[in-house]
Amino acid sequence: MLGFLKNPVVVTAEINVNLVALTVMGLISRLWGLSYPRAVVFDEVYYGQFVSLYMKRIFFVDDSGPPFGHMLLALGGYLGGFDGNFLWNRIGAEYSMNVPVWSLRLLPALAGALCIPLAYQILVELQFSHCAALGGALLILLENSLITQSRFMLLESILIFFILLAVLSYLKFYNLQRHSSFSASWWVWLLLTGVACSCAVGVKYMGLFTYMLLLAIAGLHFWHMLGNQNLSNVGGGWLFCSYPCLGDLSLKTCSVSLLCHFLARGLALIIIPVAMYLSFFYVHLTLLYRSGPHDQIMTSAFQASLEGGLARITQGQPLEVAYGSQITLRNVLGKPMQCWLHSHTNTYPIRYENGRGSSHQQQVTCYPFKDVNNWWIVKDPGMQQLVVSNPPRPVRHGHIVQLVHGITTRYLNTHDVAAPLSPHSQEVSCYIDYNVSMPAQNLWRVEIVNRETDTDVWKTILSEVRFVHVNTSAVLKLSGASLPEWGYRQLEVVGEKLSKGYHQSMVWNVEEHRYGKSQEQKEREVELHSPTQMDISKNLSFMAKFTELQWKILTLKNEDTEHKYSSSALDWITMDTNIAYWLHPTSGAQIHLLGNVLTWASANVAAVIYVCLSLWYLVRRRRKIYDIPEDAWQLWVSAGEICVGGWAVNYLPFFLMEKTLFLYHYLPALTFQILLIPIVLQHLSDYLCRSLLSKTMFRALIVAWFSSVYLVYCTFSPVTYGEPSLSVAELKDLRWKDSWNILIRKQ
Amino acid sequence: ARPPAAPAGSRAALALVTLLSFASRFHRLPEPPHVCWDETHFGKMGSYYINRTFFFDVHPPLGKMLIGLAGYLSGYDGTFPFQKPGDRYEQHNYMGMRGVRRYRLVSSFLALLCFSPCALSLSSLEKYTGCITLSQYILLDPILMFFLMGAVLSMVKCNACADRPFSASWWFWLSLTGVNLAGAMGVKFVGLFVVLLVGLNTIYDLWDLLGNLSLSLVMFGKHLLARVLCLILLPLALYTAVFAVHFTVLNKSGPGDGFFSSAFQSQLIGNNLHNVSIPEHLAYGSVITMKNLRMAGGYLHSHWHLYPEGVGARQQQVTAYLHKDLNNLWIIKKPDSDADLSDPSSPVEFVRHGDIIRLEHKETSRNLHSHQHEAPLTRKHFQVTGYGINGTGDSNDFWRIEVVGRKPGKLIKVLRSQVRLTHVATGCILGSSGKTLPKWGWEQVEVTCTPYLKDTPNSLWNFEDHINPKLPNISLDVLKPSFAEILLESHMVMIRGNSGLKPKDNEVTSKPWHWPINYQGLRFSGVNETDYRVYLLGNPVVWWLNLFTIGLYLLTAISTAVALKRGVQLSSELKELSRVVLRGGGQIALGWLLHYLPFFMMGRVLYFHHYFPAMLFSSMLTGITWDTLLKFFAGFLSPSTAARRVYGGGILALVLLIMYSFYLFHPLSYGMIGPMASDPSSPMAGLRWMDSWEF
Repeated sequence: MLGFLKNPVVVTAEINVNLVALTVMGLISRLWGLSYPRAVVFDEVYYGQFVSLYMKRIFFVDDSGPPFGHMLLALGGYLGGFDGNFLWNRIGAEYSMNVPVWSLRLLPALAGALCIPLAYQILVELQFSHCAALGGALLILLENSLITQSRFMLLESILIFFILLAVLSYLKFYNLQRHSSFSASWWVWLLLTGVACSCAVGVKYMGLFTYMLLLAIAGLHFWHMLGNQNLSNVGGGWLFCSYPCLGDLSLKTCSVSLLCHFLARGLALIIIPVAMYLSFFYVHLTLLYRSGPHDQIMTSAFQASLEGGLARITQGQPLEVAYGSQITLRNVLGKPMQCWLHSHTNTYPIRYENGRGSSHQQQVTCYPFKDVNNWWIVKDPGMQQLVVSNPPRPVRHGHIVQLVHGITTRYLNTHDVAAPLSPHSQEVSCYIDYNVSMPAQNLWRVEIVNRETDTDVWKTILSEVRFVHVNTSAVLKLSGASLPEWGYRQLEVVGEKLSKGYHQSMVWNVEEHRYGKSQEQKEREVELHSPTQMDISKNLSFMAKFTELQWKILTLKNEDTEHKYSSSALDWITMDTNIAYWLHPTSGAQIHLLGNVLTWASANVAAVIYVCLSLWYLVRRRRKIYDIPEDAWQLWVSAGEICVGGWAVNYLPFFLMEKTLFLYHYLPALTFQILLIPIVLQHLSDYLCRSLLSKTMFRALIVAWFSSVYLVYCTFSPVTYGEPSLSVAELKDLRWKDSWNILIRKQ
Repeated sequence: ARPPAAPAGSRAALALVTLLSFASRFHRLPEPPHVCWDETHFGKMGSYYINRTFFFDVHPPLGKMLIGLAGYLSGYDGTFPFQKPGDRYEQHNYMGMRGVRRYRLVSSFLALLCFSPCALSLSSLEKYTGCITLSQYILLDPILMFFLMGAVLSMVKCNACADRPFSASWWFWLSLTGVNLAGAMGVKFVGLFVVLLVGLNTIYDLWDLLGNLSLSLVMFGKHLLARVLCLILLPLALYTAVFAVHFTVLNKSGPGDGFFSSAFQSQLIGNNLHNVSIPEHLAYGSVITMKNLRMAGGYLHSHWHLYPEGVGARQQQVTAYLHKDLNNLWIIKKPDSDADLSDPSSPVEFVRHGDIIRLEHKETSRNLHSHQHEAPLTRKHFQVTGYGINGTGDSNDFWRIEVVGRKPGKLIKVLRSQVRLTHVATGCILGSSGKTLPKWGWEQVEVTCTPYLKDTPNSLWNFEDHINPKLPNISLDVLKPSFAEILLESHMVMIRGNSGLKPKDNEVTSKPWHWPINYQGLRFSGVNETDYRVYLLGNPVVWWLNLFTIGLYLLTAISTAVALKRGVQLSSELKELSRVVLRGGGQIALGWLLHYLPFFMMGRVLYFHHYFPAMLFSSMLTGITWDTLLKFFAGFLSPSTAARRVYGGGILALVLLIMYSFYLFHPLSYGMIGPMASDPSSPMAGLRWMDSWEF
């Protein structure tokens, strides 16, 4: 009963002093003087605006990646009580007092600091000695570029943290696999792998590379498991083995089926990451409910779901478009800018500059601003009236309509005349009868692209519609070119005869809509000028919003890509380039993204040695000559899978990318490469230094090399931390490579 | 895997297939009598070969050389203009027309040749399945296909000879593989993928040999050497030879000149750089032209016209112009002195690396000038103008001249030095953005001063013409580039040209995911009802069967591999089948992947016909998969006659299905006249199965 009183209550704690020391050193190196400089540093100018928008709950679209990273940065702002009131317009601008610089930079710095114990643990889990693990962690600690990158409001350090966390949890999981599958810790590490992967992907799409690598490694390990004949195919003690505390010693012999293993991995490594990824977007969309600067990229339906902006205008307008409806038509493409179908009293010039002739009828364009001339009236060709009858007769898919321009009451028309800028397409005009035996061809068939049935009603905002010309079967299309002076630089609209399948430039949707009430032109003009107001709201489902936002993020392209500090992937290995992050407005103090040269070079050498040695072993093993013991070979291979594999997947894809690249894109790859150094060193000392003398020599060499790494770190720390300020001569001395751009103030 | 008595039967099948393919390719060859689609390009290039005019194309020359050769042999004189699709051959002389028809003849012949190897390769991989894949080819990039299939066939054949290495037939097939690789590379760069396929296969092979401990290392070395010789050295030599022939045949100046560097141009008869002699080192007072080093970069140019209102400062325009013109001439002057350097008595002073100079436009006497106004098109760069009167300007006219990879104080060589001009006041670099100016700039190319200090060809220049009466002329033959340099340069130009083929905004282009589902075809000629229309579209039955089979194959291969890994005991017949699925099928599937996936990463304009090489592999995969599956299921039937009957019936059904669908869609490939398919009275009315097809 009171048996527990017989023995004292004992709490045994194992503390790995190495880990604690590393963490403390990491925190010091990353957090020291964090709020200096109190100015906008490099890409903070970019991420900062999103943090501000989060604070103000204003919707935005960022094509650089998914929202999780931005949200984490915003969390820092939230904890520091940031109100979002700062104009992020210029690198080097002083922060005002309301910006909590320290807490904004805290999360990246913490992530950067925690990478150091993670690196230590990874090397331990790869079954290398604590000495090697300590060495690897110290190299990460003394890597100037990683320090710089984690001390500011940037995403790379968070990304590297999640990548390393994912790798570590997978290794823990895999090492537990051998003796205690389906134990609680087995599950924890497996699930943590999936969660960390999805976080990495959520911070930046670069995380996908590591995720794919881990999936491939997991697949490979599972493939080896398939060969294990002791495991049954289906069934087995799933429940039994999931709760090992219930069982006794016989647990060790129980076999869990392959199917269970497969399902567990599928759940943790695929389903959970996908769900997490979706949840990031869910939170993102829930947080940002106000309309903002990027609204116009989205479809009308999406805009209508945001508070303010379009929602205020469209709130409560009738849903179904009927004969007599007054509408504005927005092109769905939204490129080069959002615009609405437009017409005005000016006509096409009789002859264009290149001598071609036009119909000289009224211009029809696409106009990027709201205007009374954007209003069109849907008319039934069989009837004269321009008002909505009571009850309204809705327009359905396949109906033939005429579109009447509200202000000029001319009919939308197209005919076999070449368009002004796209001579292969037909000109679209508002018809003017010049009595030149060119009859009006103003009948259009309404085709709802996203219909569910063939009798769908044309709906405001929701329906995406093609207008097919009845006589020529041309499709109303935005060509994207902008007209010359005579067309006031508005965008050209044409009738496309060779409509090659679906393209968004041919699809339109109704944005503003009301039922027309006035038959007289004068009254109607007054009506057109009055603002719309009515009474239904349209809510999109989360999945529809997610799909649209995801698609926009992936397809949005920024035009001007040249940057002063952009570099090519080839420059990174040798660090032929740097990035100036910040320069003190008066003194020579400055911050650069500049790595520890010695570490980079050693990492390259380690990678080369690793590849050459592996090839050598591989060829020799093929000839049945075994240089090293089998288990050492297995360790060597699995370390390579993680480190060389991690380096390759995070580096090589950049050669195929066409976007602007910067040195900081290389940092995840570099981290993996650095982890390879202690692995190679330990291998060399264990298996290639045979005699005691050579071992001692080797150790002495390593110590010497380590101290020079520390020296290089110290040399460059002024440009890493931005303190102290250096003189011109000292700065010139730091320019170890001609291609480095160290800023020297003209005296 | 039938009894060995079969070869006679298989040979008969092969002959039948060859005959059928002959018939299908040559049927109605002369129609339509006008230029279809890419015939404009390739026909034109064939003509260039016959006229020996130099031209530039983004593909290696072998394919066009063969076309040219065919035209030459048939007596075509190369005068037909091939201006745009739809031009009628009738308007032109009879010979030209015939020659052109011969092209088609030849290309069809090659297409035909590609059949038999295909059937053969299949039959060697897996007898009897060839027939399934046969009636599938409708229109192809025939020459490439031929070499491609040739390479795969020889590779497979060579594998088949692996049991008796270094025999005559082994050597024959190995070197034939090499020859075909060179051919495939020589026609299009897509040939690289088949090189990759063969390379991977060879590495696998060698790895196998290495693991064979009964083979001594010396023998292994021999194997390695033989492969290096036949698969690397031989193709490289042939490939180089193709280019050697190309450059020897085309020795006259033509439309391709502008794409190449000045030194290259000096080799072409008729070019103004041919056989001229000019002073070698640049001196003050020299009159020069400067050529931008980017491809088709143009000469630094200026003229009296000013930048219009609202475009930077209203000063004289400076552009890059592709043609040779008096307005391209500039005079090099010292920044400070206005001394008349043309005075013959004054001493010659050479321009050195790092000097500060002033460039005066010869016609208008204005200085090359830049300032911190934004450039007309590239807003982030600075505007470059012509400024000053009679050579008197301001300090914004000074430029530092630097040669790439040189030390200060060195002289600057005409043609060979790559020069960078840095604006002294703002530190920006003179460059050409490659964008075309609007009408006010006469549609010449924009010249800007870029503040981003990068050594791209955009910001590098070389001096081409050089006039200085005080200096001795040297013959440009000194500059004659070696063959290796020519080869390298032409490859650089081709690669840049290829990546330069970007789709325009809003242009509807073919996407790689369209291809396997046969989403959209390619219109070869004819739009309206009355035109003779040819529409390139895969046989949908075959295409969809292929797509379905890829999935089926994946399923089969995975289940087979898992079964083997789990140690399921198989009978010897099943083992043989599984070997075919994993080894043979794996090779073909790899071929499909290698020829398909890279297109997803390409930024250039893509067309439907780029899928054809992958399609060949996918068709072969279909053959293998169905054959294996039929055999597998037939194996369950107890009497072997019933099994054979089921197997034969299955194959026959597939072949008939394909034949019938070919019959249905044949008007597309042979051309048709009459109402569009959207019209119910058209014979094609029922065949428009997808809305995206336009015939």
